[in-house]
Amino acid sequence: MSAARRRWRKISNLVMLTCTGLCALLAVGAMVAILGFLVWKGAGALNWDFFANLPAPVGVPGGGMANAIVGTGKLLLLASLFGLPIGLLSGVYLAEFGSRPSSFVIRYVTDLLNGVPSIVIGIFAYAVIVLPMKTFSTLAGGFALGVMMIPIAVRSTEESLRTVPPGLREASEALGASRTTTVVRVVVPASFRAVLTGMMLALARVAGETAPLLFTAFGNNDWSSGWMRPIASLPVMIYNYAISPFRDWHRQAWAAGLVLLGLVLLANIAAKLLIGRAAEAEY
Amino acid sequence: MAAGGVRGVPLAGAAARRSAEPEGKPEAVTRIEVSHLNFFYGARQALHDINLAVPANLVTALIGPSGCGKSTFLRTLNRMYETQRHTRLDGSILLDGEDVLEMDLALLRRRIGMVFQKPNPFPKSVFDNVAYGPRINGIEGKLSDAVERSLRRAALWDEVKDHLQKSAYALSGGQQQRLCIARALAVNPEVLLLDEPCSALDPVSTAKIEELLFGLKESCTIVMVTHNMQQAARVSEYAAFLLDGRMIEYAPTPRLFTTPSDPRTEAYITGRFG
Repeated sequence: MSAARRRWRKISNLVMLTCTGLCALLAVGAMVAILGFLVWKGAGALNWDFFANLPAPVGVPGGGMANAIVGTGKLLLLASLFGLPIGLLSGVYLAEFGSRPSSFVIRYVTDLLNGVPSIVIGIFAYAVIVLPMKTFSTLAGGFALGVMMIPIAVRSTEESLRTVPPGLREASEALGASRTTTVVRVVVPASFRAVLTGMMLALARVAGETAPLLFTAFGNNDWSSGWMRPIASLPVMIYNYAISPFRDWHRQAWAAGLVLLGLVLLANIAAKLLIGRAAEAEY
Repeated sequence: MAAGGVRGVPLAGAAARRSAEPEGKPEAVTRIEVSHLNFFYGARQALHDINLAVPANLVTALIGPSGCGKSTFLRTLNRMYETQRHTRLDGSILLDGEDVLEMDLALLRRRIGMVFQKPNPFPKSVFDNVAYGPRINGIEGKLSDAVERSLRRAALWDEVKDHLQKSAYALSGGQQQRLCIARALAVNPEVLLLDEPCSALDPVSTAKIEELLFGLKESCTIVMVTHNMQQAARVSEYAAFLLDGRMIEYAPTPRLFTTPSDPRTEAYITGRFG
């Protein structure tokens, strides 16, 4: 190899390494910057009152977002109960049982659903639940979020199941197991971690959705009992507080953002720990 | 699918409970009898008019170059081909005189176990791997006894008895393959199909598996696909040579290797092709 060629290789290597490294830094940097900003702007407004109290009128000290934190929890619970089972089972169908044409159609429609703007899903939930029931409700908000979770859960489940080596299915079927037994006892357990990670991803993805909640869950300055009343949620709270003219509320909006991020992170860590323990018990 | 009328091979009927090879072991009982078997992947015919009688409690080896249909043939015996789309089979396969093609699939696969080329333990503990078959098939008796018995038969018990709850993935490749054999044995199959079980293993592991096959013959009939002609010569009593989806020759192993009757068999075993 000539000296010039060697030098050229070294230079191109250096350039590419710098490019990839810089981009990786930027990717991490975005997250760090968001987190830093939230802490910088919002940490000051975080105190016991924020977690324990209801929102207070402007100028009254000690207001909090307890109702929105609980509201977000309730909405996500409902969304998960609705969206995750449908997503999981459709994913299983796609990966294990679907014929070619039916899988194609389901996959295509799922991708379309994934691409539907969240505000449109909100209108849909408004039309099918809020209008007939004549009230904004937790149910409508949870339904809207649940619909948004479906495509994410479907595709992540499908992808996870597809990573299970075909040899495992063969081994199970060669022992006389039916297709269903094989899926339930071998394939799903083998990809359990990946499936649950996908579910967490779906949850995290919708936890911060605001648009579908605006005219479904609507918002509430008070506690909301049951499932048939308007309910407060962190994203909608952030939206309302952030566009208000009050400095006090702006700080609380930042704090709410921080709490929302923290909750998603916490749910993630808890799921990882749970999955880890379950997996350990199994092996 | 199962053509009832094509059993007119020399071995058919009640008298055909005797072996294919009169000169070999006239007393051997036929466990599996294949007649006029044709197999298709879509429009492509992969097996042409295969006739073969597998003698009970012996090892029958299937040899031949890559793509000759050995594995395809093996997968017809327990109907594993049904997991693939667009396959078609005609002819007849009898297990102890019963039509395999009409049999309940779960029952058939309990009676004919299979071990694959690449070790494929489940991502579960050693114990749960072996217990899988008994659990789904609901075999009576104590589960732990069945597991121990199977692991002993697969010559793995001494190596894993203190690690039954550990992941099967912690075992070496050779141990994993013996675990797969134990898993197949746990439902007490009459026949064990082995699809190149040693091709991914080192010589020491291979020797262990060959040795345990020897002990298994008492209780099992073994049909084994192998690339390795030395292996076929070492472990099998009967050998079939396949080429391009046709069975060229089927004879007692010593005879097939020393005085093959077909020039193509001779060409293959002397290494002129394949």
